[in-house]
Amino acid sequence: MENTVKIRVENLYKIFGRNPEKARKMTIDGLSKDDVLEKTGSAVGVADASFDVYEGETLVIMGLSGSGKSTLLRCLNRIHEPTYGKVFVDGQDITAMDANELRELRRTKFAMVFQSFALFPHRTVQANVEFGLEVQGIEPEVRAQKATEALELVGLSGWEGYYPDALSGGMKQRVGLARALATDPDVLLMDEAFSALDPLIRTDMQDELLALESTVKKTIVFITHDLDEALKMGDRIVLMKDGKIVQIGTSEEILAHPADAYVEKFVENVDMTKVLTAGDIMKKIGHVAFVKDGPRTALHTMREAGLSGIFVVRQNHELVGHVTAERAHDAVKRESRWLEEITSAEEINVVPLDEPIRKIFPLVADSKDPVAVVDGKNILKGVIVRGAVLAALAEQGGTGDE
Amino acid sequence: MNNIPAIPLGEWVESSLDWLTDVLSPLTRAASAVVETGIDNLVDLLLIIPPWILILIIAGVAWKVAGRNVMFLALFGFLFVWNIGLWEPTVATISLVFFATILAVLLGVPLGILAALSDGFYAFIKPVLDFMQTMPAFVYLIPAIPFFGLGPVSAVFATVIFAVPPAIRLTALGIRQIDIELIEAADAFGTTTMQKLVKVQIPLALPTILAGVNQTIMLSLSMVVIAAMIGAGGLGGEVWRAIQRLRPGQGFEAGMAVVIVAMVLDRITQNIYRKKQ
Repeated sequence: MENTVKIRVENLYKIFGRNPEKARKMTIDGLSKDDVLEKTGSAVGVADASFDVYEGETLVIMGLSGSGKSTLLRCLNRIHEPTYGKVFVDGQDITAMDANELRELRRTKFAMVFQSFALFPHRTVQANVEFGLEVQGIEPEVRAQKATEALELVGLSGWEGYYPDALSGGMKQRVGLARALATDPDVLLMDEAFSALDPLIRTDMQDELLALESTVKKTIVFITHDLDEALKMGDRIVLMKDGKIVQIGTSEEILAHPADAYVEKFVENVDMTKVLTAGDIMKKIGHVAFVKDGPRTALHTMREAGLSGIFVVRQNHELVGHVTAERAHDAVKRESRWLEEITSAEEINVVPLDEPIRKIFPLVADSKDPVAVVDGKNILKGVIVRGAVLAALAEQGGTGDE
Repeated sequence: MNNIPAIPLGEWVESSLDWLTDVLSPLTRAASAVVETGIDNLVDLLLIIPPWILILIIAGVAWKVAGRNVMFLALFGFLFVWNIGLWEPTVATISLVFFATILAVLLGVPLGILAALSDGFYAFIKPVLDFMQTMPAFVYLIPAIPFFGLGPVSAVFATVIFAVPPAIRLTALGIRQIDIELIEAADAFGTTTMQKLVKVQIPLALPTILAGVNQTIMLSLSMVVIAAMIGAGGLGGEVWRAIQRLRPGQGFEAGMAVVIVAMVLDRITQNIYRKKQ
């Protein structure tokens, strides 16, 4: 992926209270948040935060409540005014913008989704979704059109005329998401957007956001206090504690090399089955049969490698299906020259590279059919054997089956 | 305390009022003339309509807004008032309340919005409101006379001063207590101050604002009765006359009419803001 910087945060501080300068100096001198509060009466929300958000990525800011993550998020569109430091969006210093420029920035580049949904109770679902467009002065017909599209995108067509009161939590947050998407912003700021939902709905919403992300291509800054959610949603994770950034990295980096005891503590309870993906545990494939080869060659390859079946691919390794030794043998007897005739696409399981192994487990448990791992273009990348899944489960010392 | 001279607070107030009267009286007298014509015309208009038609209209409004019970209350209440011969002063009182409430809302709601948006103004206006509400209501009657002369306009002026605080207070409160995430949501979409006010803050604060208007109406009614002392007329005038002639029966009848007007107005306006909630 191209790493174009969308948002750059430089040495950002947010200090609430009357004596920010003193509080900042104390923080730099290494005093804790509580000590600074006691001595100056100022609360340090965010201390010396620096990081980049890349175009198109989902960056998760994670930390316990009170760690400053929501404050940090609100500094990105200046809902909270940063006390010190700079925030650049597309290279423009937004901390230097006047009220008009800032309003324009908020209208076009950002949209926010809130923990408690923040839907306007006096407006219908439709009017809620139109809000951002209405504020921009866009004509009613265009507005309605875009709102309809956004509601369709989140699966809420038909609910336009209802008031938020009539909706369940999950539906409310879909409206929240549709309202954010309707203005077609570059960046979605999501403040604990799924934290108020019950676990099942929450998983659904996470999956849907991931699916949405691949179609609408937004940069997302996602706040959560839940590491499982962070690992699932984030391309990269920013870990915060007491207003400071403790570690920035991909989920693997954070899991493999926790920066300090705090991160380690966070990480040790992670359910590895949710983190590891098909790509992590698959085996490279040594032998494949090419479509053009014919049954005889395929049978030969199987005999050589001692296999009872083999994946059939095209020249570019695009997966076509699977052939068993038995069927290849029959074909040879019938003197058939076409491998494709006996290739079956039904007796194999196909999973994408990023499939979590939690979902692969039932596949290997229930049938003997091989599991093929493919990339986004259906190119065969590897195979998953039963042993690898079990080994991955065993590796985490039994915490997975609590 | 004998040796220490008394602080001449009363004198100061009087001299500043005198000065204000000199400067402002041409203006206030002119305004007075306009408002008085307005009130007189409204009363005359309402009195042209036969009482039974007006009573049916009021009962109809009560039914529509507040349901059957309030409709019966309005219907039989006002028929009773008509029956005991107090229809004319009742119409005069309702007209005064109407004028005072409109002025109080026109003044109070914008000030309340200002108090909601500006912390400085809120800090300034809070003690002023406390002062206005705790100062005995009669005191406002005295300066009203030099400004507006004896009569209904002075009564409206004193009434507005007395009745405006809840409109200001509850407007400010209604806007200030809106969930912070809703305000952030409005900001995050890039609203101007005006857009935020019109599309989010006022609609969400409306039930509370209307509760303030309801209180303003109730306070107006009680003050309009007291203002009979400076010639406001209406039901208060009947009560005042009964006091001076020591006629408890007449006083009680006029008092009952006030109670009926109060209950009907209260039930109708309460239901308007309950519906909004």
